[in-house]
Amino acid sequence: MSDKEFPAPVKYLDDRLGIGKIGRKNLRKVFPDHWSFMLGEIALYSFIILLLTGTFLTFWFKPSMAEVEYQGSYSLLKGLHMSEAYASTLDISFDVRGGLLMRQIHHWAAVLFIAAMMVHLLRIFFTGAFRKPRELNWVIGFTMLFLGIIEGFIGYGLPDDLLSGTGLRITQGMIQASPVIGTYMNFFIFGGEFPGDDMVPRFFIVHVLLIPGIILLLVSVHLFLVVYHKHTQYAGPGRTNNNVVGYPLWPVYTAKAGGFFFVVFGITALMGALMQINPVWLYGPYNPAEVTAGSQPDWYMGWLEGSVRIMPGFESHFWGITLSWNLIIPALLIPPAFVTLVALYPFIEAWITGDKREHHLLDRPRNMPTRTGIGVAFMTFYGLLWIGGGNDLIATHFGVSLNNVTWFLRFAVFLGPVLAFWVTRRIAISLQRADNDRLLHGLETGVIVRSPEGAYSEKHTPVGGYEAYTLTARDRLLPLDIGPETDDNGVRAPRRALNKLRAKLSGFYFADAVQKPTREELEEAQAHGHDADEIHELTETETYREVTSDRS
Amino acid sequence: MSDEKLPVVKADEGHGAVEVAEPIADPGIEPHEYRITDIDPKAADRVERQVSAMFTLAGVLALGSCVAYFAIPRDSVFEFGPLSGNANNMAIGLCIGLALFLIGAGAIQWAKKLMVDEEISEDRHPAHSSPEQIQDITEAFKQGAAESGFGRRTLIRRGLFTGLGLLGLPAVVLLRDLGPLPGRTLYHTIWAKGIRVVNDVTARPIKPADMIVGQLVNAIPANLPPLQEESAVEYQNARAKAAVIVVRIRPTEIRTKPGRENWGIDGILCYSKICTHVGCPISLYEQTTHHVLCPCHQSTFDLADSAKVVFGPAARPLPQLPLAVDSEGYLVAQSDFTEPVGPSFFERG
Ligand code: HEM
Ligand code: FES
Repeated sequence: MSDKEFPAPVKYLDDRLGIGKIGRKNLRKVFPDHWSFMLGEIALYSFIILLLTGTFLTFWFKPSMAEVEYQGSYSLLKGLHMSEAYASTLDISFDVRGGLLMRQIHHWAAVLFIAAMMVHLLRIFFTGAFRKPRELNWVIGFTMLFLGIIEGFIGYGLPDDLLSGTGLRITQGMIQASPVIGTYMNFFIFGGEFPGDDMVPRFFIVHVLLIPGIILLLVSVHLFLVVYHKHTQYAGPGRTNNNVVGYPLWPVYTAKAGGFFFVVFGITALMGALMQINPVWLYGPYNPAEVTAGSQPDWYMGWLEGSVRIMPGFESHFWGITLSWNLIIPALLIPPAFVTLVALYPFIEAWITGDKREHHLLDRPRNMPTRTGIGVAFMTFYGLLWIGGGNDLIATHFGVSLNNVTWFLRFAVFLGPVLAFWVTRRIAISLQRADNDRLLHGLETGVIVRSPEGAYSEKHTPVGGYEAYTLTARDRLLPLDIGPETDDNGVRAPRRALNKLRAKLSGFYFADAVQKPTREELEEAQAHGHDADEIHELTETETYREVTSDRS
Repeated sequence: MSDEKLPVVKADEGHGAVEVAEPIADPGIEPHEYRITDIDPKAADRVERQVSAMFTLAGVLALGSCVAYFAIPRDSVFEFGPLSGNANNMAIGLCIGLALFLIGAGAIQWAKKLMVDEEISEDRHPAHSSPEQIQDITEAFKQGAAESGFGRRTLIRRGLFTGLGLLGLPAVVLLRDLGPLPGRTLYHTIWAKGIRVVNDVTARPIKPADMIVGQLVNAIPANLPPLQEESAVEYQNARAKAAVIVVRIRPTEIRTKPGRENWGIDGILCYSKICTHVGCPISLYEQTTHHVLCPCHQSTFDLADSAKVVFGPAARPLPQLPLAVDSEGYLVAQSDFTEPVGPSFFERG
């Protein structure tokens, strides 16, 4: 067949859909290569695994809270009264071959899905990949993480075992604490009093249709935008803001990414086969008057749990109403505020820096010391709350008093992030200095030489052309200047106060950041490389002399 | 470093970055380095054999998983330390997992070692439209808008917005039957005057003499178990509020709140088991301190002191159930709880 015609099936589609035109643009699309770009892929693949295994589970799972007497093959619970949801989860685990495997893959993939999304988010954050034109994709990605966490939590509630019921009870108590509408929301969500018999069927449809549907839609837009904007890349020789350097989609990425899907699926399947997760038969059916000690939610709920745990018990009673600050603050104010800050970060940063350019080159975290500091401060805050979620475990494990752990965390959640910010920023700045030293003075060779006059000095060799270029391939960043108070005619500039704040923030943002050397500085440093910090190539004999002269 | 001397950018230039001559010119993409498999056909053949072996083995394992499905009884157990579990499940999972992994590993190996690995470069273009495109689309939009008369015919416009806006109402109103209104449900439990306090496992009524000092019993109202036959939901809902703990403390150690002098019987006190924080059943009792601990967020209540909070995020003491003894000598409630049990809510007061 000649190259001028498609083979029959492709021709059929092309005649109707013009797929050839789409393919021509995208078959050889370039994607840059870096390990950190795989994180999003892991999230995507675990989502697909969740769709596949979840569908399998729906064939047997009965989303009903009707009471049945268990007659399956798990003898320890035989004859017990329980909901159909719990009984069918036991059936999936013991009587459907491969059922337990699918349940466990589903749960492991859920844990991985959310972990991958979070680490992916951190990668985007620390490299500045969220900057224009990708801010909207950041918001989409963030929304998926948010929905994923809710989805996972609801899934955890479906089997109606003792742990899942306890988790829902806690959520119910939090909802009930919302001012004004709490009680009503509660009765509408749970169909009356807790637990009622509506929650499993309602949560089921949210879990298998509503949220996966929305996530699927968002994933599609997310990926479309990645292709449309073309992937960002790290700065380097030949890699500029106006191009993208890497391997083509067809065949290299088809094989690599396709293969990686199978690797992720394979690993989750092996985890499902070998590592037990959520053994619901050990917990027993849900009973609102019982609970197991040391119960823990899935890891991604830990920070909310911690936030609630370390809050002191404040409540106000006046005018016939109750305001439960012990829940309003840690569950209804702080997490949403934290999450909103993260979601809006690209817009906040762009406003502060006044940067309106398109960015396709990624930042090295050290080159944005303030942003990196903010990121680590956020992580510290999250991490401390997360630790709070296990305050009892920490207390028993390390033999310290629960009160002390809790009091420590009450202060640490405020001081820790500030400290983390400051330390991280200092470290980033020192790393920038080290980079500049490397550029200006070359590498330390460890070779000590003695001059004829008897002075000792260490030899330096200059860094190579590609590396040197990479080190300088970044912007010179300066704080925003908002111009004079009044213009030439003495008219005050508009929105002065806001702009002043902005200039202050911008100053803070770029304060102390180290600029890369200018061409003159570089040339000057190379020209007089004769003092203590010499720059010149190392020769064999000199290496040899190091040993002898050192000893002398 | 001369940071201070660098020029400063004006706000209206819209960015905080300065263009100064680059210190080092872009040397262009590094030259391509050949891999062994590019140079040595034998090495390439070796990789080809590796990859094809992985793919084939994956197929064999896929078959193996089917054999395991039918051949291994579904209740057989595999014992090997931490790797113990259902043998059928593990064998199927191992075969499928390894098969998937090998397909993936093979494909990646193929891409890395055999496919051409020369980097190519593609140009980017700014996201925004060109001025001509902008002009085109603006004109088209304006023309359409003018043709519709949307801007001029304010009556239509207002009507449309009103109609569409009001359609939001049924979208909300139709959800009204999601649940009943709370009414007074949260204020009551099934406890009432004369209802016996029974053990929550055996359902046996309790006599004061049955309880020794230091003992704590999980209990329920005697009218709860019969509910189970009537309606499983009512039963669960009632249990979620009515569960109590009965504790016997040496009377000298009890600090009674004014007005509650006759709520206990010889140091036997009864409290709601539902944590006032967010409603977990509290469970851990420490005899010596009379403290109970909620396992969910570690709120701790002092049962000898009207169950007041001594630690943790809960804000209110556990509600106390006033006890009495009936004619046959069993513990009964004097009344329902005098306040709502469980987590707080806005209207609670
Ligand atoms: C989008 C991400 C998803 C996440 C994070 C997620 C998470 C979870 C989790 C943590 C559980 C508890 C599993 C257990 O240990 O029993 C669960 C259960 C379940 N999920 Fe998902 N899931 C997702 C998508 C889906 C989809 C798309 C479906 C169906 C089409 C589904 C169907 C089910 C079913 C039927 C159960 C109950 C099965 C059982 O308990 O045995 N899930 N999910
Ligand atoms: S529910 Fe008891 S401490 Fe939170």
